[in-house]
Amino acid sequence: MAECHPVGFRWVMKAKERGATIIHIDPRFTRTSAVADVHVPIRAGSDIAFLGGVIRYIIENERYFKEYVVNYTNAAAIVNERFEDSELHDGIFGGWDAEKGEYDAKQWMYEGVDGDPHKHPREPIRAKESDPTLQNPRCVFQILKHHFARYTPEMVEETCGVPARLLLKVAEELCRNSGRERTSAFCYAVGWTQHTTGVQYIRTACIIQALLGNMGRPGGGILALRGHASIQGSTDIPTLYNLLPGYLPMPRAKVDHDFKTYNDLNVSPTGWWGEFRKYSVSLLKAWYGDAATAENDYCFRYLPAMTSDHSHMNTVADMADGKVKGYFVMGENPVVGTVNGALHREGLRALEWLVVRDFQLIETAEFWRDAPEIHRGEIRPQDIGTEVFFFPAATHTEKDGTFTNTQRLLQWHHKAVEPPGDCRSELDFIFKLGQRLKKLYADSPDPKDRPILDMTWDYSVHGPTNDPDAEAVLREINGYTVADGKVVDGFTSLKDDGSTACGCWIYSGCFKDGVNQTMRRKPHWEQNWVASEWAWAWPHNRRTLYNRASADPEGKPWSERKAYVWWDEAEQKWTGHDDPDFITKPPSYRPPADARGKDAISGIDPFLLQSDGKAWLFAPNGLKDGPLPVHYEPQESLVENSLHGQQCNPLRMEWRRKDNPYHQPYHDPRFPYSLTTYRLTEHHTAGGMSRWLSWLSELQPEAFCEVSPELAQETGLQNGGWATIRSARGEIESRVLVTNRMRPLRVRGREIHQIGMPYHWSNKGIVTGDCPNELFPFVADPNVSIMETKAISVSIEPGRRSRERRFITSGPLVEQLPEHAEERDLPGTHRKHTTGHTHETESAKEGNT
Amino acid sequence: MSATLTAGEVVELEKRTAREDTQNRASRKGFFTDTTLCIGCKACEVACKQWNQLPDDGLLFSGLSYDNTLELGASTWRHVAFIERPVALSTQDAGAFSWLFNSDVCKHCARAGCLESCPTGAIIRTEFDSVFVQPDICNGCGYCVMSCPFGVIDRREDDGRAWKCTLCYDRLKADMQPACAKACPTDSIKFGDLEELRETARTRVEQLHEKGMQEAYLYGDDPNRQPGTEGLNAFFLLVEKPEAYNLPPDPIAPAKHAGESWKSLAFGAAGLIALAIGSAFASTRR
Repeated sequence: MAECHPVGFRWVMKAKERGATIIHIDPRFTRTSAVADVHVPIRAGSDIAFLGGVIRYIIENERYFKEYVVNYTNAAAIVNERFEDSELHDGIFGGWDAEKGEYDAKQWMYEGVDGDPHKHPREPIRAKESDPTLQNPRCVFQILKHHFARYTPEMVEETCGVPARLLLKVAEELCRNSGRERTSAFCYAVGWTQHTTGVQYIRTACIIQALLGNMGRPGGGILALRGHASIQGSTDIPTLYNLLPGYLPMPRAKVDHDFKTYNDLNVSPTGWWGEFRKYSVSLLKAWYGDAATAENDYCFRYLPAMTSDHSHMNTVADMADGKVKGYFVMGENPVVGTVNGALHREGLRALEWLVVRDFQLIETAEFWRDAPEIHRGEIRPQDIGTEVFFFPAATHTEKDGTFTNTQRLLQWHHKAVEPPGDCRSELDFIFKLGQRLKKLYADSPDPKDRPILDMTWDYSVHGPTNDPDAEAVLREINGYTVADGKVVDGFTSLKDDGSTACGCWIYSGCFKDGVNQTMRRKPHWEQNWVASEWAWAWPHNRRTLYNRASADPEGKPWSERKAYVWWDEAEQKWTGHDDPDFITKPPSYRPPADARGKDAISGIDPFLLQSDGKAWLFAPNGLKDGPLPVHYEPQESLVENSLHGQQCNPLRMEWRRKDNPYHQPYHDPRFPYSLTTYRLTEHHTAGGMSRWLSWLSELQPEAFCEVSPELAQETGLQNGGWATIRSARGEIESRVLVTNRMRPLRVRGREIHQIGMPYHWSNKGIVTGDCPNELFPFVADPNVSIMETKAISVSIEPGRRSRERRFITSGPLVEQLPEHAEERDLPGTHRKHTTGHTHETESAKEGNT
Repeated sequence: MSATLTAGEVVELEKRTAREDTQNRASRKGFFTDTTLCIGCKACEVACKQWNQLPDDGLLFSGLSYDNTLELGASTWRHVAFIERPVALSTQDAGAFSWLFNSDVCKHCARAGCLESCPTGAIIRTEFDSVFVQPDICNGCGYCVMSCPFGVIDRREDDGRAWKCTLCYDRLKADMQPACAKACPTDSIKFGDLEELRETARTRVEQLHEKGMQEAYLYGDDPNRQPGTEGLNAFFLLVEKPEAYNLPPDPIAPAKHAGESWKSLAFGAAGLIALAIGSAFASTRR
């Protein structure tokens, strides 16, 4: 965190000054480790085993927060008797459908609940039977206990290379610092998400935090540290293929035949998602204005619909196969920032046109004349048909707008200077592109062109470059009543009859009272410590989500020290330091059996966006790869899975194609070391913002890898010298940094070595170098299609790489061994999702960095 | 009194002016750099370069931890040192290892070697008690470079003049704190009135000792403990001996010993004369 989020780390240091214990778990000793109280070096890709060890410690020693667990989590819920734990089947849950290559998730459902997402009206996913004593062998708590029973300190040591002593220390420290009087927080970034089991990593942390009572309370939580200034914003108002603004699912071509079906399948019988139709109608009214009427389903048919999985890697593979014509790349440098850069460039070469908007002529824009295969003469620029358009982009100081940070805080930034030359903001580009499209179709009588012609596209412009007014856009996002154009107060004011318009329901309220709330800058010393008048947080300016959990079931604070939101008996309302994130009903409220929507939430159900209002220790639906996290090895590991025969996540997405070969699942003699990638403080992601700046480039001027003195000794690497690192996908070279910050670990009785490498460099800019992403294969988590970049197997040797060879154009660089795919999977689980697998689950979000 | 001052009067006048200057100074400003709060992010280096519009120092990979700028110089006025050592911090459970960071800077010594050696008067002491090189007066002689006991000041190759940290004199004039302190996310670099900073620093050391970090100590805060510089206006909290951070254990402004040098020279000369007389005497006796 100190390494990649130094500004946010300010508050960690402040907490440390006030006595907080900082624990850092990372394969490397980083800038964060340097100031932490405890550093736990771990084998990359083994975190579920480690966190599972913590869960076991909490349960075995009865250190969980009992009252919180019984009332606010689904610990007491009784699960379907057909549920069969992965522990019974060598790492596979019961219900594996060998035909479809996926699980029948109904087996994980609560007892007596059908849970069919295609049925309407949908049955609420809430336990019909429960056992508050937590003794019933089919209750979630007992299932959890048995599931993690084998995650002993010894097993953790064996699997993660972490001494049992350190696991116990971390677990005890977490327990000691949780409960009524204290709370602990987890911070994570893509070191957790970029795995074939990425989503389940986070789930494991959720289980710990729910058991310890650290959610919805001040000082608690699980904080996703986002990789860019507004990545949170780019999921809220998404750049993701499967979402509309405010996490409304993108319509599915084969399922959502009309607006009614779409709403019926997405409206939740309970909780805030019970108001789904208000959000979808208001969104369509914002986009299509007067053209959107009840009679025409508010122009629902104008929306594109998904035919299959169009996530990033699938799209690139399709591109390479000639199925994609054009590609917009804005503020991203995919040939450097994502895996298998050579396959990416192969895809770009097969396009008809490519538009790149960036500050600099980045590698993605220059792939046609400055790339390894061009320099070697294997590809000639004149043979590439792709027409490339480059648009220079304005920086954040050259445009107005908001950043949404990791705590859902929208903060306005003002344009300080006009952008130079032809540089323009994204807003300007998109707006004017839309205007041109409208003009081109202006006279078209063809009904298929109506979506463009009916689109509301009327923002006022200002300034020397006729920049559209960013505040007008924010106003539309906030929402307004259609009749008079007056802004609405928040999402609770939205209607499903077409009388309100709202660009993103969760952001509704950010322009409350006609005031740009995101511009507020009242310092913390002029208000209470929650500082609700600094900028604006979604939803409803709430700073801590699910903060009902900060009070006990009777509505009283768990302790004076941790008081945050509570029930005021005299006033008969919820009150506190923050805006209460709850229904207006008292703690004693219990919904009648036929209650729907938010009325179905009881006075002790803090987690409003869950259909049962409970924190899920066990996920009865929503995940493809199981209701509980299981330790699986990465696609390319150094070791066998120490827990079960199922080596890898059985649902991982694979791309089995010639330009994406995989190594042996473990013990590949060609690739005896593990490689993990990461960022440095000095550079920004794929380098577009830093490799052209001398002040940043001089601080880290060359690509390098970090190795332990032991590995250097074993392989003959010299500090400051060169290394060649190789995988079946390619080879790269870098300088070598021999350092004690990398340590060999003992795993399954042998010493294993991890190589660390920042991924910022490539062949453009004032500092250049090879990018380790060239080495990684396309392989992904099944829930969110995120790539695996934190652990693969590689070889390393001293000296510079060959200038002539590269897999993608020259064929394999290494002897190809017959692949033992079956060793990744138990018999019966071989079938894998590959390119073009179909869309799923209503809440699936693509992982973002 | 005649219109022309005698040499003795000039010395007296200079002394009096200096005394009055010291008394008239608005306040003595400085830095307290607390290395136990530093996370090595180098924001100070970048903020300094940006504010002062300094060029890069070359794009060279050093192979020395994460330090690629290596030292303070004409174009690097803040420099973060990265020390990897096989010794654990007493408050840390991370194996027999620790990684120390220190953002080094001009110390603005109470007795500044550079200022004392400058023959043109380009280097002055400002109203903030900082040591400032006036670029329009500096003639690039380089005497200051060898007179700095910390190796801070250096000449830039392109224009030949000497450059170093100005304590952001232009920002102080506008009531702003120096760029590095402003940019430091963890408040490792604190800027303020020297006496207050010293107070803060001493309290901080006590707190760290209470937390078990016995190795924490201050470097350069106390004129009595660093007589060679008579104290530093930019002082540090360190947890390892100064040499580990590339700081001299006992820095001395060269002119401090000028008197002694003259004395030694006199003794030496006297000895030589005695020897000469002696040998002459001896030869006449032969």
